[in-house]
Amino acid sequence: MLKGFFLGLGSYFLFLGSVLRRPESWREFGKSLMREIELLGLSSIPLVVFISLFMGAVLTIQTAINLDDPFIPDLYIGVAVREGIVLEFSPTIVSLILAGKVGSNISSSLGAMRVTEQMDALQVMGINPAGYLVLPKIVACLLFFPVLIVFSIFMGLLGGYLAGDWLRMVNPDHFLMGYFDEFNPYFVVYALTKTVFFAFIISSISAWYGFHVKGGAVEVGKASTKAVVAMSFTIILFNYILTNVMLQ
Amino acid sequence: MIEVRGIKKSFGDQEVLKGIDMQLQRGQCNLIIGSSGSGKTVLLKSIVGLVKPDSGQVLLDGRDWTGMPERERKVLRQEMGMVFQASALFTSLTVEENVRFPLDFFSSLPLTEKNARIAFCLDRVRIPQSALRKNVAELSGGMQKRVAIARAIALNPKYLFCDEPNSGLDPETSVVIDQLIQELTREFGMTTVVNTHDMNSVLEIGDHVVLLRHGYKVWEGSGPEILKATNQEVVDYVFVSALFKRVRAALT
Repeated sequence: MLKGFFLGLGSYFLFLGSVLRRPESWREFGKSLMREIELLGLSSIPLVVFISLFMGAVLTIQTAINLDDPFIPDLYIGVAVREGIVLEFSPTIVSLILAGKVGSNISSSLGAMRVTEQMDALQVMGINPAGYLVLPKIVACLLFFPVLIVFSIFMGLLGGYLAGDWLRMVNPDHFLMGYFDEFNPYFVVYALTKTVFFAFIISSISAWYGFHVKGGAVEVGKASTKAVVAMSFTIILFNYILTNVMLQ
Repeated sequence: MIEVRGIKKSFGDQEVLKGIDMQLQRGQCNLIIGSSGSGKTVLLKSIVGLVKPDSGQVLLDGRDWTGMPERERKVLRQEMGMVFQASALFTSLTVEENVRFPLDFFSSLPLTEKNARIAFCLDRVRIPQSALRKNVAELSGGMQKRVAIARAIALNPKYLFCDEPNSGLDPETSVVIDQLIQELTREFGMTTVVNTHDMNSVLEIGDHVVLLRHGYKVWEGSGPEILKATNQEVVDYVFVSALFKRVRAALT
């Protein structure tokens, strides 16, 4: 099992070597990049907005219930919700959700291209399939995931505020003050740094699984599932490492 | 001309190609035939560079393709067109975009000339104008093969490779595809290599036929000659079906 892991790791780095090369045509790369930003990034906005709004709301309700004490001002509920969203929910949980949506899309689309010989067709034409197909996906994720996470932070905070106000669980003015109280901008830097790492993990690992599919439609599905599991493990592991490095 | 010299290829312990030598002539339809597992797909993939042979050489008009640096191989690849067994069209693109694809990458033609070339290629394989904006997944198997041929000839290649082009097609459409491959070979003076196990194709377009068996070349000749061959390997491969048994009986 350990041998298989290291063989896979070696194959992953070799794969990255063939992906991170100068594109054959910058014009075609630009076209592919725009297509991938639309497919992987823009299409994820509704999901991110929906999840963030409601998770923000749930976070406010849970925090308000747990800090329901006359000696704890509502300002601190706002602080707790803000930190929860900025530090962990938006960068990590939303990335895990994107690993499911975007990652499985990448691995299954590449896997389908592999089993239908479309990658061989590219190779025969003299086009590096890894570079042409995977590089725009990685760049699109690196560019657009931080945008999605900023979106998620705003929507989470909005959802938290609306829930608190609507359910009359907090004083909205005091709660809102908590969002701005002793705000540390470094936490946003931390969140976006994590997001960039996670974007690379999601796009490259899912691409590796899709690119190396052998067989037919069943294997494409299996590769997609394996990719999501591997990405989730890696994201959780790197979340711990990055938090140790950046917040200690 | 494509010259294959002593190509060997193994996968693990299994030796698939056991030293193949052959010459494939320019302006002719060269057919590689053989039963499943005989090594014809591995041989074709070795010739086009999708599989790296363990030993041996492939010479494209005297140029050592197997020993060439990657940069030179990339340039030479623009002289190749390939039609895959499952067409391998880009399913996210339309018919027109599929044919435009190699031109966008490798041709410096102005847009009007590119459009003219696309129109010529699609017209040549008899794809109607009404199909240009269709997604390739909406086409029938036969039409997909024709679009794949149009894409393969877009850059006016010197070498055309077809891996089982009749696979999954009805007999009538198979004949249409065979004739199209033959016409284009003559018209553009290409060296065409077709991998097939369809005996109708052998008789229809086989200018030069190579029979593989268990990784060896066991017979070489023209399409019509195969019916008169006395080689036991040929007899075992060709005269299996009732139809060809009757043909052989009629001939003898």
